[in-house]
Amino acid sequence: MIVGPGPHISGAEPIPKIMWSVVIALVPALVFSIANFGWYALVVTLVAAISSVATEWAVQKFRNVPVTIGDGSAAITGVLLAFTLPPNIPLYIPVIGSVFAIGIAKQAFGGLGMNIWNPALAGRAFLSAAYSGSIFMPKWPMLAKIFSGDIRSIDAITAATPCAVLKYAPLTIFDHYRLWDLFVGRIPGCIGETSAAALLIGAVFLMIRKIINWRLPFAYVLTVMILVVAFPVRAADGTLMAFWQQSFWADPLFVFERSLAHALSGGLVIGAFFMATDMVTSPLTKKGQVVFGIGCGILVAIIRLYGGYPEGVCYSILIMNTLVWAIDRLTMPGFFGEHAHA
Amino acid sequence: MKTFKKGGVHPPDMKERTRDIPIADFPAPESVSIPMAQHFGSPAICIVGAGDKVLKGQLIGKADGRMSANVHSSVSGKVLRIEEKFTPQGKPCKTVVIENDRENRWAEGVPCTRDWQKMSPEEIVAAVTDAGVVGMGGAAFPAGVKLTPPHDKPVDTAILNGVECEPYLTIDHRLMVERAGEVIGGLSIIVKAVGAKRAVVGIESNKPEAYESMCKAAGGKIEIEMLDVKYPQGAEKQLINALTGREVPPGKLPFDVGVVVHNVGTAWAIFNAVTKCMPLIERPLTVSGDAIERPANLIVPIGTPVGSVIEHCGLDPKVKKILSGGPMMGVAIADSAIPVVKGTSGILALKKIPRDISGPCIRCGRCIQVCPLGGIASEMARAIEAGALVDYEHLHVFDCMECGACSFVCPAGRNLVQYVRQAKEEAAYRRELHRKQQKKP
Repeated sequence: MIVGPGPHISGAEPIPKIMWSVVIALVPALVFSIANFGWYALVVTLVAAISSVATEWAVQKFRNVPVTIGDGSAAITGVLLAFTLPPNIPLYIPVIGSVFAIGIAKQAFGGLGMNIWNPALAGRAFLSAAYSGSIFMPKWPMLAKIFSGDIRSIDAITAATPCAVLKYAPLTIFDHYRLWDLFVGRIPGCIGETSAAALLIGAVFLMIRKIINWRLPFAYVLTVMILVVAFPVRAADGTLMAFWQQSFWADPLFVFERSLAHALSGGLVIGAFFMATDMVTSPLTKKGQVVFGIGCGILVAIIRLYGGYPEGVCYSILIMNTLVWAIDRLTMPGFFGEHAHA
Repeated sequence: MKTFKKGGVHPPDMKERTRDIPIADFPAPESVSIPMAQHFGSPAICIVGAGDKVLKGQLIGKADGRMSANVHSSVSGKVLRIEEKFTPQGKPCKTVVIENDRENRWAEGVPCTRDWQKMSPEEIVAAVTDAGVVGMGGAAFPAGVKLTPPHDKPVDTAILNGVECEPYLTIDHRLMVERAGEVIGGLSIIVKAVGAKRAVVGIESNKPEAYESMCKAAGGKIEIEMLDVKYPQGAEKQLINALTGREVPPGKLPFDVGVVVHNVGTAWAIFNAVTKCMPLIERPLTVSGDAIERPANLIVPIGTPVGSVIEHCGLDPKVKKILSGGPMMGVAIADSAIPVVKGTSGILALKKIPRDISGPCIRCGRCIQVCPLGGIASEMARAIEAGALVDYEHLHVFDCMECGACSFVCPAGRNLVQYVRQAKEEAAYRRELHRKQQKKP
């Protein structure tokens, strides 16, 4: 007879089921990525995923702890890391990024559940410093025709990313890209970030399964949308135009469309729905998650409009990860009966 | 439909196996082992010795002080021996082993006939205390103590717990369907004893037959309220919150918000104690689980070995766990010679149990969302794992009622209830240390 502590029944979803569900949720984005950037995008993703899993295996063997590569968390990190890289990246770069992401940003902290920073984003931040030339480019490639050709060949189209246009010439955004292109994802950008539509399919799946909470991504995206039009924007002649100025509201619909363009550009959708929502590195309570989302949104707006980079999602999340302990302390639920009068 | 506001989980209720099986009497075995500690508080003092002849319903253990309960013999026969045995919780206590002479001879004055309406509240409480009635929901709190609220904390609402939120258990449901008159009688007696102005029975919506039966038996003033199904609605504080909206502060009792809560089984026992002088010598319970071949709702004499009850109902040899109580808060027992005691609300035999994995905390926060008290199980568990439980007051370690909702939802399969128990031990130790340090000049 087995004698152990209760409860003796469980309604929990085991960790591997959660993690592999997230991997499945990323498949639509991967499929679109192959359409937009060719088979090479799939190669990069698989290389990153395999390197992540292999690194975790090696480190856990070295640490002499049980090997947990079957739980899917290393695979997610690899896939997400690949999704933040340019589609023509040389293969050794995602390998090195995975080794850093899993080996340092996750395992060196103690493994699953112990890391402070999102491992995929930590890996990307490391690569941005180590291989900045390959990651920050003036022009980004895209296939001329979907599902055909090699992204690394000269047949590929190259253009400035929507984020770059929004940073340097925000009022001309719709001369380069239509809102529909931004939504569907037929634009240049990182492997997994371009298609808001494909990512949202996966995100809705995860929300239905109750793996991610809608509050964090909505707070995040909404904050960005409000602040990128609330903060002063650079007009065509270089002057800063604040929202309280007459000329700002010359075309209110355009203001809203610009806001939407920001939401659909760059890594905001993938960051808000898949990176910021990582359970280990985000706050424990729903209230805390909203605070986290708003904080990330403020940082993205500042970096995108005034910072050194056209994209700020990666750093905004990493910075907010650092503050999660404080957010948790401040947003713990009240204890039953503490405010009641006896 | 009303329910309690904070937290809660929804385990599958598994009640279809026994909800329609009428209560049957379980025949007394050839010998019973009756422990002196079947209740919350001090164990009773044994007043019989080996070789004594006892009658059914005779007092064999005297209550030791106010926070204790009388213990009576459930059979007539001879005391074989007094031994040190274990309760289902694993604590040692004196146990009286009585050989059943199968003559069913009652003790003097048992059963009798009394009209509770002619009795004063003090007489009612005395009758309940003499009969050794304790809470039948599982906590086994001496019922007489609950019926005497302190003078500065009057009771305005008497609540009856017909919720039975644990999966598999249907005995309270059957009591309400078949013996609604006695249950309502017990509630009326409780109301008279505590001087309550309002009486409410809470029943979960998965028991419509019980709801109908109780509505028919209830007289005008008694309210029968149907509640949404949610675990642990049967916990006192949660039931009070669901029915009255009041929140019992941490460390305080229902008396502090003017409420008294009793299980329907306790009301039934109180009715028998007051109107028939019947001591608590038998226990209604459910025998169920996927490893029981003929599940049943039975009334079992106190002291019957759990093993004989299970044998009567047929045990699948693939059984893995035998539980005393429900699957969420019940205790897994190692020895089937353990007797049925006053707090045994169910006997379950399970052959499918969750895998024993305990992974790292992934900080998903589900335990915090489902905790009915707003506790932080994940922090407590992590603090214990790190060996650093410094901030135990802030974490409300002592207020955890160990309902198991947190463990139920943990994706890593961490046994959070066990961590909290460890945290309570360690926090108590530290508190003692602090107290000693402060005493030193």
